[in-house]
Amino acid sequence: MSLQQFINEAISPWMQENGPDSDIVLSSRIRLARNFEQVPFPILANQEDLDHILDFFQQEYGQQSFGNYHQFELVRMNELPSIQKRVLVEKHLVSPHLVEHSNHGAALISKNEQVSVMVNEEDHIRIQLYFPGFQLEKALKQASEFDDWLEEKINYAFDEDRGYLTSCPTNVGTGMRASVMMHLPALVMTQQINRMIPAINQLGLVVRGIYGEGSEALGNIFQISNQITLGKSETDIVEDLKSVVQQLIEQERNARKRIMDQSGVQLEDKIFRSYGILSNSRIIESKEASKCLSDVRLGIDLGYIQRIPKTILNELMILTQPGFLQQYAQKNLSPEERDVLRASLIRERLKLENKYS
Amino acid sequence: MECQECHQRPATLHFTQVINGHKKEVHVCEKCAYEQGYMPQNSESFSLPNLLSGLFNFDSYPVSQSQDQTSSYEAPPKLQCEKCGLTYDEFTRIGKFGCAKCYKTFGEKLNPIFRRVHSGNSVHDGKVPKRMGGDIHVRKQIEEQRQKLNHLIRSEEFEEAAKVRDQIRMLEKQMKSEQGDGDQ
Ligand SMILES: [Zn+2]
Ligand SMILES: [Zn+2]
Repeated sequence: MSLQQFINEAISPWMQENGPDSDIVLSSRIRLARNFEQVPFPILANQEDLDHILDFFQQEYGQQSFGNYHQFELVRMNELPSIQKRVLVEKHLVSPHLVEHSNHGAALISKNEQVSVMVNEEDHIRIQLYFPGFQLEKALKQASEFDDWLEEKINYAFDEDRGYLTSCPTNVGTGMRASVMMHLPALVMTQQINRMIPAINQLGLVVRGIYGEGSEALGNIFQISNQITLGKSETDIVEDLKSVVQQLIEQERNARKRIMDQSGVQLEDKIFRSYGILSNSRIIESKEASKCLSDVRLGIDLGYIQRIPKTILNELMILTQPGFLQQYAQKNLSPEERDVLRASLIRERLKLENKYS
Repeated sequence: MECQECHQRPATLHFTQVINGHKKEVHVCEKCAYEQGYMPQNSESFSLPNLLSGLFNFDSYPVSQSQDQTSSYEAPPKLQCEKCGLTYDEFTRIGKFGCAKCYKTFGEKLNPIFRRVHSGNSVHDGKVPKRMGGDIHVRKQIEEQRQKLNHLIRSEEFEEAAKVRDQIRMLEKQMKSEQGDGDQ
């Protein structure tokens, strides 16, 4: 398979579009946690119950379509080889938690991969809906419509006072986690981000690097999401998140401008050095790759680098993860082998761009 | 301690994972944590239970104390969900509910927990499922209208208040007839 073909098949179609404010916001996501009323939550349910839920989803929703989302396919985790499972995790279509409980876990995935429903994760149902760029309201509207569609056939665990009942007390109420993935290199460079994170936390929102709290943000990508799910309506939660994200966008743009004005040459140098590393190295670890990709993406946004689409950051951040590298190689690879393949895949990818421009 | 994945680098990250109620210790280096998916983008499953069980343990002190006292309104000494079998003690340890019924079983005890996790809130104020929500929607509307009515009376806007009062009556009638349908 050619690299172009591999990329086309590897990257979710929705991800290749640029949404609003896509110089800074990579994607918007709404996740809704739901449960069946009569069945214990997956943590305590027996095998039979969980299998019933899987069969129900297969029968009622497999090969169905909703709105613009054509043909959902139910993928059972226990039928997938482990590399394939990792690939689904790296595409953010399923969580690592679902993969670890592969006996009863499944995912209902729409053809364009914009909607995925995890079945038998921590909750029976977790609806995830992605939009490119900054489109939280639209995501909320469609997630809610999709939720209505499922609810026609499912008696949800719901209580008038507590709302949607979930396995974890942190999700009860709306069951909703709204999140936005942001590329904030200038706020990191100017160290403003360190001052902003505690302030954002105080507003009931969480900021984390894409690979979790405690680890530094890979590729200067941060996920901002709501922490509170009880006592506030879905619309209010999204409104609050939206206003914080808007401020972050503004601050990031200002910081970029300031850096360009004050130390344009140094910035340009940093960007092109990273571009040099990506297009020439023979061994590259994921951490360095992420850092360089962030620089190149910034270079594209600022107009220093042309002829490379800005979706390349999203694309290569995903493509160069272990699962994808091994799928590309069609075999298991040691960490050292992965670092070599990662370098060569990135080089190839950049060459591809220059060839077609 | 060496990393349990690569057995090469020192383990710099230590997690406690709770899977199906079983605790598992994870000691890995930063590279493996990332590459083996120990640090997923949704890291809630790692950090929050730890944080929560901290909250609950703190919370369980007065609970165990109250078991010694005989007070008529206290819950029975061992609070256990009849549907899934989860006890309150287990719940505070793993930080997860076992089923929808648990919410009723543990009842009011949950208020302080919810308030701490959700910035002081313990009551839902969002979406209501369409199919089951008919009655709830009307009741919520009545509640809102009553508040409006009180406000109008206090500000002596009686003409407007009369209109709102009529609306409340209409909603109440609507609810009664819906309940009537349900009984048949
Ligand atoms: Zn290791
Ligand atoms: Zn229970």
